Amino acid sequence: MIEFHLDSRSGVSPYLQIVQQVRQALRVGVLREGDQLPTVKEVVGQLAINPNTVLKAYRELEHEGLASARPGVGTFVTGSLGAESIAAQGPLRQALQRWIVKARRAGLDDESIEALFRDSFRSAAEEDIA
Amino acid sequence: MSWVIDAQGLGKRYGRRWALNDCDLQIPSGHVVGLVGPNGAGKTTLLHLAVGLLAPSSGTIAVLGRPPAADPDQLARVGFVAQDTPTYARLTVADHLRFGAQMNSGWDDELATHRITELELGLDQSAGSLSGGQRAQLALTLAVAKRPQLLILDEPVASLDPLARREFLQSLMEFVAEGEVSVVLSSHLVADLERVCDYLIVLVDSRLQLAGEVDDLLASHRRLVGPRRDPASLPSGQAIIDESHTDRQSTLLVRCDGPVLDPAWAVEELSLEDIVLAYMGHARTTRRAGGRQGLEVLS
Repeated sequence: MIEFHLDSRSGVSPYLQIVQQVRQALRVGVLREGDQLPTVKEVVGQLAINPNTVLKAYRELEHEGLASARPGVGTFVTGSLGAESIAAQGPLRQALQRWIVKARRAGLDDESIEALFRDSFRSAAEEDIA
Repeated sequence: MSWVIDAQGLGKRYGRRWALNDCDLQIPSGHVVGLVGPNGAGKTTLLHLAVGLLAPSSGTIAVLGRPPAADPDQLARVGFVAQDTPTYARLTVADHLRFGAQMNSGWDDELATHRITELELGLDQSAGSLSGGQRAQLALTLAVAKRPQLLILDEPVASLDPLARREFLQSLMEFVAEGEVSVVLSSHLVADLERVCDYLIVLVDSRLQLAGEVDDLLASHRRLVGPRRDPASLPSGQAIIDESHTDRQSTLLVRCDGPVLDPAWAVEELSLEDIVLAYMGHARTTRRAGGRQGLEVLS
């Protein structure tokens, strides 16, 4: 089971934040096919948001084929995102963590690390296209 | 379509002053409705008219299709929590529950007891010894345990600290998630209601300024920023709610019925608070200009 959180300053609407958090959890393997999502009552009891916001998020996930509602039981994960790559994620995560430690030792602050990652990511993507 | 509140030309006058004036409002069922406006705008007057504590000076109001407080049956269908969530200081929590059970034919004792246990309130505690947040939760318990179809709350979180406010809204939303209930709650702060309401009413200076579903309001209002220009040159589908100009730049807040295509504008989305503040400012400007204020109803 996962727990949602809302960032009120992000400018992203609450329903979309829930959708993104489910997608994120699927990508990193925190959620797998067959897992149950929190019930609407659980989510609103935790976040103090309108139940329709949660319903809208779950409908969107159903529309994307990632979840399906079983009436009277709850909403379950039915799809996956990048499931085949989850096995490869462990070593990659470790390598990235080692890289972050190295960057900190070299004196980079968090913002510089993020900027460097984004920049490298972008140039790698451009090389792919070229 | 069934309306939870259907008001036509509704007004309430105290002496020469109109506390609520010429209000036309139709709220569809199944929503959590936020009623916002500055202090003294007429929010409490509107809510008191809806529960039958006040009689209209003009116009009509129907609640769930019937006159407010017409008979015991109608009273049972509407739950009301008055401002500052009043309780009886000398009575215990158990006294309050007994009182609720005797006064309400549809009283759900299981729900009431369950909520009191969850809130960790002692049955023999007097209401006067409870914290503000606990008193608010007790008042909410009494209102929901009568299993109303419409729950009306007047500034329920205004006097609560941020944690109690959050806990109160969590409880309220849990109750909404459980079943078929419509809720109308007022606040002078839109930030309090932004996450919980999906329908918004703005009241300023005893007049209705805006009413509509939150998603529609967010989709139909934009901020336009661009080189200075005459607002009269805007296309007919764009109505100006608020505007400011420098010698070079114009900033407009508009209600538009389609996408803004003019490439001269940088188009920005708005938060609910931006929209509410614009309508409040709009009301003040039109009052100064002496004109009749415009009413925008999106449905």
